[in-house]
Amino acid sequence: MAEHAKRLGMEVSIAVSHAVQMARAEAIAAYPITPQTHIVEHLSSLVANGDLEAEFINVESEHSALSACVGTSAAGARTFTATSSQGLALMHEILFIASALRLPIVMAVANRALSGPLSIWNDHSDIMAARDIGWIQVFVENGQEAFDHTVMAFKMAENSQVLIPTMVNMDGFILTHVVEALEIPEQALIDRFLPPYVPRHQLDPKRPMTMGAFAMPEIYLEVKMKHQVTLMNSYDRILAIWEEWGRLTGRHYQPVERFRTEGAKILLLTMGCLGEVAAVAVEELREQGLPVGLLSLRLWRPFPFAALREAVNGAELVIVCDRALSLGGGAPPVLAEVRSAFYSLASRPAMLGYIIGLGGRDVSPEDFKEIVARAQKENPEAPSQEFFLYGVRG
Amino acid sequence: MLEIRFHGRGGQGAVTSVELLALAAINEGKFAQGFPSFGPERRGAPVLAFLRINDHHIRLRCKVAHPDVILILDPSLIRIQKPAMDLKAGGVIVLNSPKSISEVRREYGFKHTLAVVDANTIAREVLGVPITNTTMLGALIKATGVVAVESLEHPLKERFGPLAAKNLAACKAAYEKTQVEEARP
Amino acid sequence: MKPLEQTTWQEIELGGLLREPGSARAYKTGDWRSQHPVWTKSRCIRCGVCWTVCPEPAIIQEPGGYFDMDPDYCKGCGICARECVTGCITMVPEEE
Repeated sequence: MAEHAKRLGMEVSIAVSHAVQMARAEAIAAYPITPQTHIVEHLSSLVANGDLEAEFINVESEHSALSACVGTSAAGARTFTATSSQGLALMHEILFIASALRLPIVMAVANRALSGPLSIWNDHSDIMAARDIGWIQVFVENGQEAFDHTVMAFKMAENSQVLIPTMVNMDGFILTHVVEALEIPEQALIDRFLPPYVPRHQLDPKRPMTMGAFAMPEIYLEVKMKHQVTLMNSYDRILAIWEEWGRLTGRHYQPVERFRTEGAKILLLTMGCLGEVAAVAVEELREQGLPVGLLSLRLWRPFPFAALREAVNGAELVIVCDRALSLGGGAPPVLAEVRSAFYSLASRPAMLGYIIGLGGRDVSPEDFKEIVARAQKENPEAPSQEFFLYGVRG
Repeated sequence: MLEIRFHGRGGQGAVTSVELLALAAINEGKFAQGFPSFGPERRGAPVLAFLRINDHHIRLRCKVAHPDVILILDPSLIRIQKPAMDLKAGGVIVLNSPKSISEVRREYGFKHTLAVVDANTIAREVLGVPITNTTMLGALIKATGVVAVESLEHPLKERFGPLAAKNLAACKAAYEKTQVEEARP
Repeated sequence: MKPLEQTTWQEIELGGLLREPGSARAYKTGDWRSQHPVWTKSRCIRCGVCWTVCPEPAIIQEPGGYFDMDPDYCKGCGICARECVTGCITMVPEEE
C-alpha cells in the first residue's frame, strides 16, 4: 500500500467519480444512462457541494455531452464524461471529431449491450461498435483498477506527445455497481503524479486559429496517417505512465496481463472483469494438472501486437473469449484482432473463439472450465464452427 | 469465502443491507463484495442482493449460485422464490417471521440451520416503520458472526446520518431476540 | 504555406489545426467565374444591397461610394444582379 493511502469500501462507480475529483477535472458534461448514472450523479453532487471546482454542464443528450466536452477541452479545460451503450452510440460522430482534433478528453464507459432487443445489462457491444474512433481504449477488471486507470487516463491523454482522448472501459453492473474494497491514494500523490493540464493549443479570442477545418482529398490521408502514427506511438508513453504509477502505488499494469502462463499450452484470453473470473477457473484447472494459462487484454487501442505475441509464446491453443458479436462476420472483434496479430507469423498457435456473457448472461468459473473442455474436443485446424456462441439454447 | 444471498422486495432495502455489511466487513480489514441482482428497480418486485466476504481479494463477478447463507426479509417470498433450494448443505437460513422456529420448520419444511426473528415488530417499535433491512442484519450477525455489530456503526452513520442510531438499536434488538436452531437432518 | 498536395503527414499540424486565421483568403475563388457583374453607374443609387447580399464577400465599395467586384474572389454567381433594386448590374460572360 502506498504511504498514506486509505483502504475503503465503496461502490466502484463512486470510486471512479472520486478519481475524477482527485484528478481535479475542470469540466464535466454528461447525460445519465444506466449503468453509468452513478458516476456522473455523484460528480454532479461533488460539484454542487463545492467539493470539486469544475463546470458541470447539464445537456439534453450524449451527442450534446460530447460536443460540450469538445468545446471545454478545446478551451483548455481538463474534461471528463461518462456514458454507456446507446449513449456511446449517440456520441458516435463526435467521438471521431474529438480524437481528430486531438482533444485529451477522458471518458468512462460502463459497458452495456446495445439494443435491440433492449438490454441494460453488460457486454462489450457498445465499445466494439466504437472500436475505430481513434481513442486510446483501456479495459479494467476491478474497482481498484477502475480508480487507478481513470486517474492515469488524464495523464495519458494529456501527454504532449499523445494528446489523444482516452476511454476507460468498465463492465456495467457486474463491476460498476459492486461495493468492494479499494485503496485511495492521498491527494498529494495524485497532484504529484498529475500536474495541471497545459494545453498545447486552445481556443483563445486573442490568438484566433481554426480547429476542425475541412480536408480536401489532397490532405485527408496525411491527417489520418498522423493520427494513426501518433496513436501507435502513444504505446510507449502509456507504458511509462503505468510504470510511474506502479512506482508510486505498488500497483503495476501491463498491456497484456498474464496469469499462470508459465508452461501453458492452452491460453484463455479475455478482456474486462471476466478475466478475474477466468483466473479462478485457471487456478482450479492447474490444480487438476491441465497446462492452462490466462491472458487479459488491458490495452485495446493502440493494440499491443508485440506484447501479445510475446505473451502467447509457446502456447498451442488460444481460446479467445469475446463479449460482442460481429453479426454476419466470421470472427467476433477480439478474435479477429488477435488472429490478425499472428497470421503473418510462420509459427502461430491455433485459435478458437467463444462468445460469452452477452446482454448480462452470467459467467462463472464453471463456464470457463466448460469452454476449455469443449475447446479441447475441437480440431483447431478445422473447428466445427467459425466461432461458438457459448451457452446459447437450441 | 462466505456467500450470502438476500431475498426481499424492491423498496425493502435488501441492496442497502448488503452494501452496509460489505462496508462493515471491509472496515474490519476483510475483503467483500456487495451488489444487487442487476436490473430495473421496481418497487414490490422480488429482488435478490448478494454479499461475499473473504480474507483476500474476490475475483468472482457472477451471481451467488450456491449461498452459504440466505436471508429472507419477507416471508411471502418463500412460496415464490423457493430460496432454500440451492442453499449449501451446511447452510443457514435467516428469516423474518413472527412464528416460532418449530412452526417455521413445519410450514416450510426447512432442514438447514435456522435463525428466526420478528423483525417487523422490532422495526415498528424502534424505527416506527416496518422496514426491516437493518433490523435483520442483527439476526444475520447472531446466526453467522459474519461481522461485529459495532462494525455496522460507521457505515450506518454514513448512510443514514441522524437516523443511524435508531437503525443500530433495531439491529441490536434483533441480535438479542433472534432464535437460532441447528440443522435438523 | 506549403501547397496541400506537397505536404507530408509529418508536416500536418496537431489535430489539423490552422494556426493562421483567415487562411481562406489564400484560396482565390475568382477563377470559378464564368460571368461577372458590371455596374451602370448612372442608375446606381449606392444603396449597398449588392454588397450586403454577396455571399463571398467579393464586392468592394470604391471611394466615391459606388461598387465593383473583387476579381480575386467573385465567383460570378449573379446574386448581386438579381437583387439590385434599380437593375443597374448586368452579368457579362467572361471573355474566352
